[in-house]
Amino acid sequence: MQALRTTGHQGIPAVAARYRNNFLKEVEAHVEDGEWVKMCMQCGVCAGSCPFGPHWEHPPQEIFMMIRAGKRDEVLKSDAMWMCTSCYNCVVRCPRKLPITQIMHGIASYAQELGLAPKNQPTRDFSIQFWNNCTKTGRVNEMKLTVGLYFKDGLVSGIKQVMNMLPVAIGLIKAGRLNPFELISGHSPKDQKGIAAMLKKARAIEAQRAPATH
Amino acid sequence: MADNKFAAYLCAGCGLGEVLDFETLEKVAKREGKMQVIKRHDFLCSAEGVQTIRDDIANEGVTHVLIGACSRRAKTDAFDFPQTPMARANLREGVLWVVAPGTDHDEVRQEMADDYIRMGCAELKKMAVPAGNPDCASNKRILVVGGGMTGLTAAIEAAETGYEVLLVEKQAQLGGWAAKLHKRVPFREPYAEPQDTGLAELIARVEAHPKIGVHLASTLAETAGAPGRFAVKIATESGAVTQETVGAIIQASGFSTYDLAKLPELGGGLPGVVDQAGLEQLAKAADGGAIQRADGQAVNSVVFVQCAGQRDETGTHLPYCSGHCCATSVKQAMYFKDANPDVDTVVLYTDLRMPGMGEDFYRSAQTKGVIFTKGKVSTVTAAGSGCNVNFRDLILNEEVTLGADLVVLATGQVPNSGVNIDLVVELATEEQASGDQAPAEATPVATPVDLPPSILNLTYRQGPDLPQLKAGLTDSHFICFPYETRRTGIYAAGPVRRPMDMLQATDDATGAALKAIQAVENAALGRAAHPRSGDLSYPIVRLEGCTQCKRCTVECPFGAIDEDERRFPVFNESRCRRCGTCMGACPVRVISFENYSVDTVGSQIKSLDMPDEFSERPRILLLACENDAYPALDMAGLSRTLYSAFVRAIPVRCLGSVNTIWITDALNSGWDGVMLMGCKRGDDYQCHFVKGSELAHYRLSKIDDTLKQLSLETERVASYEVAITDSQRVAALINDYAETIKRIGMSPMKGFN
Repeated sequence: MQALRTTGHQGIPAVAARYRNNFLKEVEAHVEDGEWVKMCMQCGVCAGSCPFGPHWEHPPQEIFMMIRAGKRDEVLKSDAMWMCTSCYNCVVRCPRKLPITQIMHGIASYAQELGLAPKNQPTRDFSIQFWNNCTKTGRVNEMKLTVGLYFKDGLVSGIKQVMNMLPVAIGLIKAGRLNPFELISGHSPKDQKGIAAMLKKARAIEAQRAPATH
Repeated sequence: MADNKFAAYLCAGCGLGEVLDFETLEKVAKREGKMQVIKRHDFLCSAEGVQTIRDDIANEGVTHVLIGACSRRAKTDAFDFPQTPMARANLREGVLWVVAPGTDHDEVRQEMADDYIRMGCAELKKMAVPAGNPDCASNKRILVVGGGMTGLTAAIEAAETGYEVLLVEKQAQLGGWAAKLHKRVPFREPYAEPQDTGLAELIARVEAHPKIGVHLASTLAETAGAPGRFAVKIATESGAVTQETVGAIIQASGFSTYDLAKLPELGGGLPGVVDQAGLEQLAKAADGGAIQRADGQAVNSVVFVQCAGQRDETGTHLPYCSGHCCATSVKQAMYFKDANPDVDTVVLYTDLRMPGMGEDFYRSAQTKGVIFTKGKVSTVTAAGSGCNVNFRDLILNEEVTLGADLVVLATGQVPNSGVNIDLVVELATEEQASGDQAPAEATPVATPVDLPPSILNLTYRQGPDLPQLKAGLTDSHFICFPYETRRTGIYAAGPVRRPMDMLQATDDATGAALKAIQAVENAALGRAAHPRSGDLSYPIVRLEGCTQCKRCTVECPFGAIDEDERRFPVFNESRCRRCGTCMGACPVRVISFENYSVDTVGSQIKSLDMPDEFSERPRILLLACENDAYPALDMAGLSRTLYSAFVRAIPVRCLGSVNTIWITDALNSGWDGVMLMGCKRGDDYQCHFVKGSELAHYRLSKIDDTLKQLSLETERVASYEVAITDSQRVAALINDYAETIKRIGMSPMKGFN
């Protein structure tokens, strides 16, 4: 048996190594709220409650089972947790009180950190743009974010999207809800330095977590 | 009869006075019912009203009382005259509340009330005060069979309540399975860690208790008698026999584990495979240290396979869930995690069932890192020095193989029920049949194979052990009447009656001890045990009329009736539950109770003022089981659910007590239809007398021939299964049946009597 386990760890009969707790332990160490994964009791209420349920590759219930089954690549490369819209329906309903939304974001973020997250995933693209936009000054620049997203797939599709949304934009400008000059200048929050310090501290706390295993 | 004085007391309260014509009621009671005293009261159940009756009994020589008021199930505290036979005409729940209001219905309503008075008067005249069972004996000692957790708990509970206890254990020491456990599933806050069994303290208490006598290494060689006077022979292994007398018996013979050898596909027999009992042994040996296999190999990974040989739908293995095994596997996984958190522990389950506060325990195991995987195991095979567990992951929907150093199979509990008496009867019948065909010496009859040794060795004609219900479990209603078996004064407790965990077994033991106490106390007073607890009537048989047909002895659900050498029935009244099934069975009607007989009901049936064939007012007789159907009818009344005013309900102790002569009599006297309402029968019966409604159904299946002989439609007799909650349904059934009678027309049998 010992021999079988060893070969399993070397990845030869992969099935034998699965259902070991290794990936679960990795998730517990590196994913925010990852220590909750083992508490899932497989009732399926999360999967049934999710408004995006039919569109997920794997509903949360399955993701948790896959983590326990040691399906590292399949989980981290999955598009599933990127589909979460943070409606918190599952969190409210989970009889075991798992912070499912947070875990989904935690796994997504861990996959991104490892570079395993699926490319061209719209939520992922948006998240990256949003994060960069937001942390630059500490304030989201709506004009830059919107335009950035419109033109992410090239000039032609960008122009098309702009033309599409132009009437809306004009309406917003007329109502005083949109300032086109923000695209050039933009403005910053009052205490930009404070925000920078806050983000720095957050990164330091993040770093205290066990480093990602590649 | 000369000294009898019959009195009718009619209550005009609860609105009866405004709706019913009491002048007529009184006239009926006087002229037809021949009541010598008739009194009307506006509030009969008041202290003053009741006092009137008491005074009449004390001073006016009234010997029999008819109460024309509410249902016999209401105001029982007020109308309680223990030394006076009493009949109750149900005018409130049976008439006032169920017949449609308004003057349009005055006539049918009044007819219904008049009939109930007639029936009450007729019943009353046939009643006598029960004298109490002459067979009573007052030994109050309680015998506990089995010295495991259940038996020990039953013994201590009964002894602490003040009763002498005899404890008989087959093994040389007390403790049973509990003694083989390393720890037990937690039974109190915070339900997080395996707990000490507490067995040593319990055994010490039992051994030190002055009221408990313990017989170790002993079995029951013979059990004879009845509640209050069971004569038992206790045999030791050496062969010595002690004779003892006890009042009641608690059978806590426990369970055996399902044989691992029957599970070769799950690796039964492999060195890396044990059952839960086997793991307890390993854990006990390790005593908190790292658990090793029996061959000394270290265990770094362990897989628990739930439902091994259980919940089997193919008929090969146990059909049921043993209830405790999920919690036990959780506990055993903790043995490993507590000794070394790095041991991989996986529980493969299809449905994790954690009764009681088990969810907390389950969470605790998850916190400790026990992995729970929903999967169905197909095979366990040897792989190297360990095993491969092949299963279907039911969440991820794929076939998976998982290696482990040790596989623990959660096999089920097999009850130690002793001999299956139904099987023995079948074998005996077969023997007899083959004996008829050929001389016995020519064809040696096959000996009963695989019959386990009897636990009780009863000398009852029905067989040596308690009857079994299904899957070899000793009969006892899981929900309604736990512990009660079909042998009065003998109670089954613990896993012998249904699979259960230790906590449930201790609850069971306590309940059974109370039941045993109830039985000995009632037996000493010559009263019925249960469900008619306190009933003093008992079956009286007129032997000179008996034809030795054996129907009563065979059909008595409780094995109360033996046979003497001339094949006459011998009633063991203390074993009797007073259901009247014998009375219903008797073709020559020689069995009766003082206050309930073929005559008490038969005379009611014949007492009616039967409208003629052209009146368009049919009469439907409703024989309703007093345990469920009659309360349901009362509740229909309470909720003012209306039903046909053509029905006349008579409560019966059990449908089993319905003698077919009642039905014949009813049809002969012009009743247009007969409805029978009893409890659910079959394996999941609700019949309070277990077999009563089943027997009634069987007897009724033969009534069609009788109906045809009388040239009557088969619809004229109908039987229904009714639950106590069916108050709306009983009304609907009655109305539907009234429609049926309307459709098939009035009975042609009217006017012959």
